[in-house]
Amino acid sequence: MTERFSPLHQTHVDSGASFTDFAGWQMPVRYSSDLAEHHAVRSHAGIFDLSHMGEILVIGPEAAEALDYALAGRLSAIEHGQAKYTLLLGRDGGVIDDLVVYRTGDDRFMVVANASNREVVVEELLQRTSPFDAEVEDESDDIALVAVQGPDALEILQQTPGFGVQGPGLDGDDFVSAVAGLKYYRSLPAEFEGGPVLIARTGYTGEDGFELYLAPERAEALWSALRETGGSRLVPAGLASRDTLRLEAGMPLYGHELGTDTFPAQAGLGRVVALGKEGDFVGREASERGPEEGARVLVGLIAEGRRAGRAGYAVFATTDAGEPVGEITSGALSPTLGHPIAMAYVAPDSAEPGTELYIDVRGTRVAASVTALPFYKRRK
Amino acid sequence: MADKTTLQYTAEHEWVLVDGDVATVGITAYAADKLGDVVFVDLPAVDAEVDGGTVVGEIESTKSVGELFAPIDGTITEVNEAVVSSPELVNSDPFGDGWLVKVRFTALPDDLMSFDEYSALVGGE
Repeated sequence: MTERFSPLHQTHVDSGASFTDFAGWQMPVRYSSDLAEHHAVRSHAGIFDLSHMGEILVIGPEAAEALDYALAGRLSAIEHGQAKYTLLLGRDGGVIDDLVVYRTGDDRFMVVANASNREVVVEELLQRTSPFDAEVEDESDDIALVAVQGPDALEILQQTPGFGVQGPGLDGDDFVSAVAGLKYYRSLPAEFEGGPVLIARTGYTGEDGFELYLAPERAEALWSALRETGGSRLVPAGLASRDTLRLEAGMPLYGHELGTDTFPAQAGLGRVVALGKEGDFVGREASERGPEEGARVLVGLIAEGRRAGRAGYAVFATTDAGEPVGEITSGALSPTLGHPIAMAYVAPDSAEPGTELYIDVRGTRVAASVTALPFYKRRK
Repeated sequence: MADKTTLQYTAEHEWVLVDGDVATVGITAYAADKLGDVVFVDLPAVDAEVDGGTVVGEIESTKSVGELFAPIDGTITEVNEAVVSSPELVNSDPFGDGWLVKVRFTALPDDLMSFDEYSALVGGE
């Protein structure tokens, strides 16, 4: 596979980043310390390059109906400027990808897919929307994505020069109030240095923050302007910290908590599948049937000490030999909480919060208890 | 901090400082950097007999788990308690305060690498 590089690659190299392969992309895993980057996002702000994500436009008079059929959610119900977390289901009800869909016009949607699933999402959307009057365009190579996440994100965005809101008779002050007034899971078409940027109040860290979509050739100017304004309040943060941040926030990651063999209901995402919407959609029949009786469900696990259970580790009901009752899908020593946390699929009779279970940490049974997700919730 | 150029190295990215019949062992800056922030270190007990090439401890970062191999046959004479209570020393000073164990040995293996050989292995990083 050919390596892909973000438009910000050289900037990251100059910042001394370490890189990791992520779905064929060379992306920053950390700049200096993943713990410091994690704490920076919780206490001030971090800036992430997410240009590897897939952006797929669905445009046309029947775009909303097409997406209602193609995806699990009722996309026709969201307003212009609104965003929605949704799923692309297989006919068997499994999860092909989890997505954020932004409605950017009456007949315009932007579907944001995981980098590893970009091709399959494009393919499925093309097929599923073909009976409708709607076009599917993979714009991933023409859209860069920069996220600013953390309690100081709003202030930094407001102070950064070069932003404006689109429309006649508007000036810089309008941007400051427009971005402050932007609600969670809403987006705002704006300008940065004269070119369009879509600013969304979305993220994957459990903090307040923004995601900024713009042309790749202008990503560097945006990144530099934000960093210059943010100074020590804004730390460049890599994928390692992004993973521990999202884990603390109890957010699922495709390939870990979600996959084609997982029903949304097992992952606690039953509400994301709009069984009440009119008409058929791909995966409806299987979703109505639901997972098999006794199928494992996603839970949070917390433990004491510092030895974290990690993806793939077995979970047991007792310290005795015998069959495991579950398996960890993501786990780490929580940087914010200071103790091990994990997400795991366990048998329904082991899923009640407070249940005492045991994680097999490389041969040692470590006691853990089931807890409600998320592990971490920000103070509002 | 030890002079990196005078240390000897293993293919498991550990360094060895020989002083008489005692070898001080740690992991290299390259290994520490690849692991990311170290948050937990599990070391063998003092007086434990160790066999060269076997796993005797663990070095965990937020992202992954690294194994500590005994580079030589011998007896553990000392473990770095400071690194157990402050695992971040492995990142901040891998060739100094971040040392891990001391081993009393009878013979050094002949496959230890010089600084130049090890540098070539990790591509000058």
